[in-house]
Amino acid sequence: MASLVPCPHCGSRPKEEFTIKGAALARPAPDADPDSWFHYVYLRENPRGAYEEYWHHTAGCRRWLIVCRDTVTHQVNTSQDAAAAKGQAA
Amino acid sequence: MTSYRLPQGGLIDRGHPLSFTFDGKALQGVQGDSLASALLANGRRLVGRSFKYHRPRGILTSGAAEPNALMTIGSSGRTEPNTRATMQELYAGLEARSQNRWPSLAFDIGALNSLASPFLGAGFYYKTFMWPAPFWEKVYEPFIRKAAGLGRATHEADPDSYDKCWAHCDLLVVGSGPAGLAAALTAGRAGARVIVADEHAMAGGSLLSETAIIGGTPASAFAEACATELRSLPNVTLLTRTTVFGWYDGNVFGAVERVQRHIATLSPSRPVERLWRIVAKGTILATGAEERPLVFGGNDIPGVMMAGAMRTYLNRYAVAPGRTTAIFTANDSGYQLAADLEARGVRVSAIVDPRAAGGATYAGKARVLRDAVVTDAHGGRSLAAIDIRSGSRTDRLKVDALAMSGGFSPVVHLACHRGGRPVWSDEKAGFLPPANFGGLTPAGAARGIDGLAACLDDGARRGANLVATFGFTATPVAFGTVEGDVPVSAPAKTLWSIPGGKGKAFVDYQNDVHRKDLDLAVKEGYGHVELAKRYTTGGMATDQGKLSNVNAIGLLAEARGLSPGAVGTTTFRPFYTPVSFGALAGAHHGEHFQPVRRSPLHGWAARHGAVFVETGLWYRSAWFPRTGEKDWRESVAREVVNVRRNAGLCDVSMLGKIEICGPDAAEFLNRVYCNAFLKLPIGKARYGLMLREDGMIYDDGTTSRLEENRFLMTTTTAYAAGAMNHLEFCAQALWPDLDVRLASVTDQWAQMAIAGPKSRKILQAIIDEDIGDAAFPYLAAHEVSLFGGALHGRLFRISFSGELAYELAIPAAYGDSVAEALMATGRTEGLMPYGVEALSVLRIEKGHVTHNEINGTVVPADLGFGKMVSLAKPDFIGKAMLQREGLAAPDRPRLVGVVPLDPADTFRTGAHILAKNAAATLENDQGYVTSSAHSPHVGSTIGLALVKRGDERHGEEVVVWNGLNGEFTSARLCPPVFFDPSNEKLHA
Amino acid sequence: MRYSVFSLLWNGLRGNRDWTPAWRQPEPKPHYDVVIVGGGGHGLATAYYLAKEFGIANVAVLEKNYIGSGNVGRNTTIIRSNYLLPANNPFYELSMKLWEGLEQDFNFNAMVSQRGVLNLYHSDAQRDAFTRRGNAMRLHGVDAELLDREAVRRMVPFLDFDNARFPIKGGLLQRRGGTVRHDAVAWGYARGADSRGIDIIQGCEVTGIRRENGRVTGVETSRGFIGCGKLALAAAGNSSEVARMADLKLPLESHVLQAFVSEGLKPFIDGVVTFGAGHFYVSQSDKGGLVFGGDIDGYNSYAQRGNLATVEHVAEAGKAMIPALSRVRVLRAWGGIMDMSMDGSPIIDRTHIDNLYLNAGWCYGGFKATPASGFCFAHLLARGTPHEKAAAFRLDRFRRGHLLDEKGQGAQPNLH
Repeated sequence: MASLVPCPHCGSRPKEEFTIKGAALARPAPDADPDSWFHYVYLRENPRGAYEEYWHHTAGCRRWLIVCRDTVTHQVNTSQDAAAAKGQAA
Repeated sequence: MTSYRLPQGGLIDRGHPLSFTFDGKALQGVQGDSLASALLANGRRLVGRSFKYHRPRGILTSGAAEPNALMTIGSSGRTEPNTRATMQELYAGLEARSQNRWPSLAFDIGALNSLASPFLGAGFYYKTFMWPAPFWEKVYEPFIRKAAGLGRATHEADPDSYDKCWAHCDLLVVGSGPAGLAAALTAGRAGARVIVADEHAMAGGSLLSETAIIGGTPASAFAEACATELRSLPNVTLLTRTTVFGWYDGNVFGAVERVQRHIATLSPSRPVERLWRIVAKGTILATGAEERPLVFGGNDIPGVMMAGAMRTYLNRYAVAPGRTTAIFTANDSGYQLAADLEARGVRVSAIVDPRAAGGATYAGKARVLRDAVVTDAHGGRSLAAIDIRSGSRTDRLKVDALAMSGGFSPVVHLACHRGGRPVWSDEKAGFLPPANFGGLTPAGAARGIDGLAACLDDGARRGANLVATFGFTATPVAFGTVEGDVPVSAPAKTLWSIPGGKGKAFVDYQNDVHRKDLDLAVKEGYGHVELAKRYTTGGMATDQGKLSNVNAIGLLAEARGLSPGAVGTTTFRPFYTPVSFGALAGAHHGEHFQPVRRSPLHGWAARHGAVFVETGLWYRSAWFPRTGEKDWRESVAREVVNVRRNAGLCDVSMLGKIEICGPDAAEFLNRVYCNAFLKLPIGKARYGLMLREDGMIYDDGTTSRLEENRFLMTTTTAYAAGAMNHLEFCAQALWPDLDVRLASVTDQWAQMAIAGPKSRKILQAIIDEDIGDAAFPYLAAHEVSLFGGALHGRLFRISFSGELAYELAIPAAYGDSVAEALMATGRTEGLMPYGVEALSVLRIEKGHVTHNEINGTVVPADLGFGKMVSLAKPDFIGKAMLQREGLAAPDRPRLVGVVPLDPADTFRTGAHILAKNAAATLENDQGYVTSSAHSPHVGSTIGLALVKRGDERHGEEVVVWNGLNGEFTSARLCPPVFFDPSNEKLHA
Repeated sequence: MRYSVFSLLWNGLRGNRDWTPAWRQPEPKPHYDVVIVGGGGHGLATAYYLAKEFGIANVAVLEKNYIGSGNVGRNTTIIRSNYLLPANNPFYELSMKLWEGLEQDFNFNAMVSQRGVLNLYHSDAQRDAFTRRGNAMRLHGVDAELLDREAVRRMVPFLDFDNARFPIKGGLLQRRGGTVRHDAVAWGYARGADSRGIDIIQGCEVTGIRRENGRVTGVETSRGFIGCGKLALAAAGNSSEVARMADLKLPLESHVLQAFVSEGLKPFIDGVVTFGAGHFYVSQSDKGGLVFGGDIDGYNSYAQRGNLATVEHVAEAGKAMIPALSRVRVLRAWGGIMDMSMDGSPIIDRTHIDNLYLNAGWCYGGFKATPASGFCFAHLLARGTPHEKAAAFRLDRFRRGHLLDEKGQGAQPNLH
């Protein structure tokens, strides 16, 4: 975790401005089997190393971001708008 | 007591005497003194007692590493225990007290511990105090707790203020010694934004104690000139009295500036300390090196001092260390000290050097003993003599001061805060900062560079190189020839301890860890450097092992037959030196601990006498007492009855309000709520239940369709911010394909509930449109015009109380006036304000749930909302997980009402439910009371509860069990709606 | 060597020459009945109880670093059994009972000190929540007292009762709660396990889990292959990494929790006090340092170090609770890696892979659980069935919907 987090919209901002949700996993299709849903809601890779997480710039632009971070060095590798990551502009 | 102040020299102002006290005795120092130098000038040798053995201790260093000279300064709320006398600047009226001694510093009963020291070795306490078993907590531990600790902190509040700030720069220079100044000047002249931080009062570091001449200028004057130039550069900030205590992710450094810790009369308009968070593109670590003690018997007797510290007291503070001095040095720095002492007229009897050759350039009068060591120091509260062993011969020499230097350890602390490990160098006989550890560049002595000229040069070149990477063209500043520069060179052989001594040879002074403790740790299996630290407590004192750790590692290495590099260091962690709570907290304490939120109707409520209650960050009106009411219960009951009989007005502005717009807004709502929303008609409100993805209820509220593609959602007060985050997550991260926009409008609207049979009549007086039942039925939601079109608001026919009720939303700035207008028009109808307490009673009577019931572990069916869940919808948050077996289990707790069998009986929220006649065990626990209140309508206490299979147990007699308060109430389970179950009032 | 007054005197008089190692430094054997991965508190306690209670001593504890180098050596030393849920409360009370007899049991003074744990409340809602919790405790025979404001004031008069943003209205007190000298717990269990023949192998990192026909048969380590009958994972914050070696994905996230100690002070505060209006709790060690902490930093981390923002939040809450802390100086901050589970409660269970057993998900409650965790895990390993007090700590509860969510925060570990 960096003390400063690069926001694609606001630039480098203090960590206190953000809310962290956790693993940036793809939500299963509504009709996916219970096992897929169980994995999505409860199981985590939780790796040592690169990890993609949802961060919300709560006290800033209020956009949800996908932040790729190293869980050992806390280096932030990439930070992109979650909607943009899905190829959507919303 | 004789003065040890020299008649001339030093960076002090003899014309500016300062009075201070030590243990109540009045003493005098001068401007420019540290507390330590002033004590030494007054001949105060004994200044403290050690932690375990209460050994008499003197001043050992002149800086942040000081383990012995810890004092309590100040009084009342300004009491500061464990202050390093070496770092505390003297000011007029300073009160210092010694610590950890009773009854006095000179005669300390605790020193008897020394007699028992054979039984008090490393970790002795793990092996004893176990018999008889109850004695640990009753006898041994209370005694140990009293004996332990250092200074005594006050229990009084701190009257002073603290501050925080952020700063951004190209280059942060930590330390303003030769390397730091050179780097800062180089970068500053190149135009880079530079922050220089130094923990001392004056910039200059070792230059302030130095006798060398730099480019024709004496070192201390040179330092002053550099500082003056740095201050003159607009792009440079020079922060003295500022300790950089930690290096954090993203190249953020924490630093604390002691703004007014050195001042007799504080300015109330300035903080006493300021926390800096410094964001630097690059950092020069110019923290210098720490001189290592030598580990020989009695190396802690007052009068034994680090050689560099002695030189500082001599040159900077003009204090003689004693009348007759000896120097025990494993490197050439001791010879420099000898020359300086002799130049100031202090006699040096002997220089003891364990090396065969050394001090080649020394030309003074002292006897130089090579291949020799000091094995023991003698004396009680002050040094009297030392034993010098040379070959097979040991001689005793009478001296009253002994300087020692075992080598130099680069100060690598900050460089290792982010996971880097220091690297052992045989050549430098020390641990060097980790190489290439992102963004931090060591320079000068901090990376093992030796000699003043070399450090100046290294700082300048490294500073230039670093700012060049940020696009500055920098030329390393050259400072001219350095005269009197004596590189001290690494010792020819590293001495971790001196064999043959008889006295205790201390490694960690403050915690009384001596050589044998480390031997014992290795013998007992605690030889890993981290285990040895934890077992012996070496390195865990307030100095965090600044002086002791490298020696301890050397000794462990010897005992284990490894190199110091293989033993490794313990983990360096913030803080470099301890930081006050005050500085870390800044202004966020007391009533400013958290921000305050006040509703737009706060003033209205206050004018009507509201008693406010903290609700998260909000202050909500709890009840509105009237004269003659004896307690809050009476006020609340009157408000409740009045709502049921006439009408009440309650401020509900704190509810979260979110506008949801766009062509896909209905679809969006249909996915975030578990119940259906697609077909909500325009102009209608609907209750909605929002689940988490795990199927549990997250929040509830009403959502109204204002236009085809425009909705207004309300959330609970507590979850307003969380719900907004959640909706944004759904819109942006889950379904960015939905065309929907969200805006929080909580603060834009003042919202008031007007509830009671007369509410329509009261509202109609100010609302232009017809709000009769036909035109404005239950769950209607429209924009309305007020006062003949003077103002527009939104009206919702929704009810939390079960009465005919409305919520009226008014643009925030007009809320207060509208509320007062309603009070005026409603007076004849009996309109009264009511607070959240009455609101709570009303909703419990009606069986409406809040987050008391929505406790994060309930699914809709648990609260009787099972049928609302629209499993026919293709998707909504929580749908998949809701269908797990455990969430449909028959014995889940379900919402039920509770009433006492005897209406005179009462019970409380949080009491548990047991079956009648069941034993009071956790196995028999049936559930608990989630909400309770005295109901004027029912005439007794009523409650809502979550009880296993509660919905099937209406009529059952139970016990409401509150062992915590000794209350056990016979009660009956019942339907959770106590008022108007057929909703006639609601639709009136 | 048994520690006694006699052994202390004897060795003291003989210059402390005769003390023997507290544990051996054995070479790993090719095969053990049980191999425990993780030489922290839980792994060592499991080993100790396996030998002592269940007679299984052909056991190795593998520790990649030094024993106690994880959370047992970097926590805030608090023990308590003030849990709410019927699945949790009896387990933590078992732990408390084991703490109460621990020193006599393993002949090592871990300084179990029951000076009380006081949770402050600042609102009616918090009082009601504590009433619920206190009653759950009392129903199980656990001591709990609900104090009003004046009773709290008598206990801890220097809290900020009147001027704070969130005035203190009372507290829930468990007098049997307290603190323990954390390192000593690891050492005491290690010494007790070693003396019963268990091999504690430090500096031995597990690099792989060998499976044959779907059954675990041993572990690859930095010191070679070690075969085992049963493999017991007690790797706390590293559980996900170890489980991955068996292609097992866990309902865990690893988060960093910081803790702090102040400079040594003469007695300042007696018991443990937790703030109810912010993240802060504090106690004072027997050595004199104030030991305190707050909430997790909030992001996945294996770094054992935290962030300045959290440090500031903790200090703010600390000073809000005790204004006199202002001039107390914080000596050291450190970070531990918490194995945060998806409902905030632990897992002690067999996995779907034969011979592979899991002990994880302790969130930041692992230290207080150490004895019961070891005891119940040993029971599971020895008997093949869960101990009755840990019967709900099943791995399949997430899939089945039988969650143990004390805080009601759902499947988001950083909220637990």
